[in-house]
Amino acid sequence: MNRHQSQRAAYGCLWAAASITIVILAIIIMYVLLQGLPYLSLNFLFGRPEAQGREGGIMPAILGTLALGALSLIIAVPLGVGAAVFLTEYTRPSALTTMMRFGTDSLAGVPSIIFGLFGFIFFVTRLNLSWSLLAGSLTLALMVLPTLIRTAEEAIRAVPVSYREVSYGLGASRWQMVRTVVLPNALPGIVTGIILSFGRAVGETAAVIFTAGTALNIPTSVFSPTRTMAVHFYILAVEGISLPMAYATGAVLIVTILIINVAANLFISRGIARTVRR
Amino acid sequence: MKERLIGFLLFLSALVSLASLAVITFFIFEAGLPLIFKVGLGTFLESSAWSPSGKNPQFGIASMILGSVWVTLGAIVVGVPLGLAVAIFSAELAPPRLAAIIRPVIQLLAGIPSVIYGFIGLTILAPLVRTTLGGPGLSVLTAALILGIMILPSIVSISEDALRAVPRAYREGALAVGATPWQTIWRVLVPAARSGIVASIILGMGRALGETMAVIMMLGNALQVPRSPLDSATTLTSNIGLELAYASGAHREALFATGVVLFVLIMVLNMLANVLTGRVVLWRTRLPVSRSIFARLRGRQPAGDRSGS
Repeated sequence: MNRHQSQRAAYGCLWAAASITIVILAIIIMYVLLQGLPYLSLNFLFGRPEAQGREGGIMPAILGTLALGALSLIIAVPLGVGAAVFLTEYTRPSALTTMMRFGTDSLAGVPSIIFGLFGFIFFVTRLNLSWSLLAGSLTLALMVLPTLIRTAEEAIRAVPVSYREVSYGLGASRWQMVRTVVLPNALPGIVTGIILSFGRAVGETAAVIFTAGTALNIPTSVFSPTRTMAVHFYILAVEGISLPMAYATGAVLIVTILIINVAANLFISRGIARTVRR
Repeated sequence: MKERLIGFLLFLSALVSLASLAVITFFIFEAGLPLIFKVGLGTFLESSAWSPSGKNPQFGIASMILGSVWVTLGAIVVGVPLGLAVAIFSAELAPPRLAAIIRPVIQLLAGIPSVIYGFIGLTILAPLVRTTLGGPGLSVLTAALILGIMILPSIVSISEDALRAVPRAYREGALAVGATPWQTIWRVLVPAARSGIVASIILGMGRALGETMAVIMMLGNALQVPRSPLDSATTLTSNIGLELAYASGAHREALFATGVVLFVLIMVLNMLANVLTGRVVLWRTRLPVSRSIFARLRGRQPAGDRSGS
């Protein structure tokens, strides 16, 4: 095989790999949607489950998912954005920031089952929160923290240095500068990170099942246990409770993830458009 | 005064991830280490007798370790060639329009919940494997194929960044001496991006090793050492995930001890990957502001931005 033939063969393989990846994604999404859509109804979306989810709807799981995602973001977003601001605006590279970065990088690599174990032994058992929305949210907040810090840091770094200089030149203090110049300009990137983190909270199972529990009721306070859509889907599928209901839940789950990803991309392109316009 | 208070609060929030890593490490080890000492590290790792709740409980996780190793290696065999090819494709030869599709596709693959992947393995792939190749269907092969797809996003995004960071001059030089585009990619760009690519593979391994729910759904959860890719098996993660809900006493301690082993393995992989990508990360994040301003004034990139070896 001469070099021109191998050129052609190799490029053929690369095209094939890219096409295969796109096709696999399409198969996954289409399969779950096509299997699930026939079972979807308003009653399913807004009804309460009966017989452990064999019949009825998934309203408690939808509300549980939203509550868990929202609460974990309420905990994690201030910490994540604060950490990003500190690392970019308030400090010079030092041994300490290297350690902080090491912490963030390592936390990002910790598998969700370890978060599940930790949340179970620490929040559920040691802090006596039992299986609850709060224990689940605290665990999830730690899980999404690295994503938030990284995206916020990237967005903050993309704000031109000259903006900061102008702000300082007008006599702003550091925090005034951050509040009025850096954060507003970094907002699209930060929001992208928040949306993606919400997606991670929605899709998570291993860490949630051992911290928020599997109770199929509408959470009434942060101390009540709950069951997310992903956990509900898992239980329906693995315990063989009802395959049609599993398909339908899976369809709702994947539509949620699709919406979240499209929203995140809208913010990304908006952010880019804004920087280009300037 | 207010300024200093805010600065202090920001400092504290930056400390949270490091602190929580320490707290996580402490509590996992505190809950798991006593059992490892009681059973003995050698027995715990090398015995494959696991009967955690009988009169004479036995705690050996060898078969789970082997299950994890098999599944992880299988995922690498599937995911690395495909992921590297996609990374090269989108970094080097994708037309802009197609590249604009690939990026969100990879992002979406990363966003799909692991239970959905597990479900696909359970309902599509496992029956397919059972009817065409035999065995129980819920097997190492099934899990490896799906996990290979699950780790694609880590491999593609980091490898692609590494390939894009190779200086233009490398490309132009290779093409100028008469190399075909493919020769340029394979003999020049890929070796130059080597450390990033290896890091992406290591992170992919970490992801496959740590995956729990999808593996529970696809692997059959048989407590045995797999003899062939068509056998069922169980992994460190799936055993924790399956038994934690009802375990108590020494059994629960043994699951945390399993967590300790998993945690140590993952941290080793993470550190390897961090060392390998360290250089790129250092340049991107620790570039002093004054230098970048200087560079901007002179209208060129600072020397430190030129990565690749």
